[in-house]
Amino acid sequence: MSNAKEWPLWEVFIRGQHGMSHRHVGSLHAPDAERAIKNARDVYTRRNEGVSIWVVEAENIAASSPSDKGPLYDPARDKVYRHPTFYDIPEEVGKM
Amino acid sequence: MYAQMVKSTGKSVQALDDMSPEERAFQERIDRGEKIEPKDWMPDAYRKNLIRQIGQHAHSEIVGQLPEGNWITRAPTLERKANLLAKVQDEAGHGLYLYCAAETLGVSRDELFEMLHSGKMKYSSIFNYPTLTWADMGAVGWLVDGAAIMNQVPLQRTSYGPYARAMVRICKEESFHQRQGYHIMMTMANGTPEQKRMAQDALNRFWYPALMMFGPSDKDSVHSAQSMAWKIKMNTNDELRQKFVDETAPQAEFLGLSIPDENLKWNEERGNYDFSEPDWDEFYNVVSGNGPCNVERLEARKKAWSDGAWVREGMMAHAEKKAMRKQAAE
Repeated sequence: MSNAKEWPLWEVFIRGQHGMSHRHVGSLHAPDAERAIKNARDVYTRRNEGVSIWVVEAENIAASSPSDKGPLYDPARDKVYRHPTFYDIPEEVGKM
Repeated sequence: MYAQMVKSTGKSVQALDDMSPEERAFQERIDRGEKIEPKDWMPDAYRKNLIRQIGQHAHSEIVGQLPEGNWITRAPTLERKANLLAKVQDEAGHGLYLYCAAETLGVSRDELFEMLHSGKMKYSSIFNYPTLTWADMGAVGWLVDGAAIMNQVPLQRTSYGPYARAMVRICKEESFHQRQGYHIMMTMANGTPEQKRMAQDALNRFWYPALMMFGPSDKDSVHSAQSMAWKIKMNTNDELRQKFVDETAPQAEFLGLSIPDENLKWNEERGNYDFSEPDWDEFYNVVSGNGPCNVERLEARKKAWSDGAWVREGMMAHAEKKAMRKQAAE
């Protein structure tokens, strides 16, 4: 069995239809970006699931860690005034 | 059940109070229905079990291409050929979705291939049976994919996020597989007497191997109990087997074919069909490597892998050269 280097891992993002954002759908292995797009086409869009493909090498993705959950998201919890329902507006003002 | 008899590394299920604080918090997340994601803390045994289960599932999809690939060039019409080609291509895709789910647990795809090729990891016993006639393509789609769907639908709710998401994609695509198989069976069952005889013969040969796909009765298995507590197994093998028989028996009747089981009979009281268990000695024999096609399947896999090595290496070398040229030019 050969000990050749394994093809790098790419993360695949697909735009499902015009007007939507690209969404992560999975990953695959490919030697380079060009091939990764071709493989993504075969693996993830066999039934017209997409109109555009992004690929990025998995090692180039920086991700937050689960233990950062507190410092990252807690500060937003007590800022209810960022939501429209925080502000009571009398009904006679009408729709706002 | 593309993953049969996955050996668990966990002992019997621990009570919440006997767990470490981390394990307890983990189990409580699962009990609440939260998904576990790749970077989350997880017990080592959960990780190992999942690698085995998802790996075995992925290998089954890949090896599962072989019995059908056999018939692509022999399909009776161009349409059937296109259908079968699409199905086999889906199976390659399903294998890839699953390998990438397994990879999020810290094992590489090449390592998984290595374990398949060395016999350290298994694939479903069903693919060690030969596909002798075109009617087998009907029986495989109808029964084998039917049994697979039965297992995979509940796995869409499994606790491990990447596995659950792979299952969602797979289930979406898989129902076409079963329907195309049943369509072949319908055509043959309504064809000439010879075609009907072939369809019956295929059903006779695939019925019990299909029942074996769910694995042995697991009511006493501690491994199974742990997997269910972790929600990486959602139903017992027996529950799923019963469900499969209940759905399949009327479908066979519609075809005018008979399931090769004298004991198959609707049980009004239970609200289920009674049926005969498959021959479990045969099952263990096939799982341990002595089925009709074990050697052939594994050889075909290994040959494909080693014959493709120069292509993989060549493409990698080309990509590296291109990257270096680009760097030099900057």
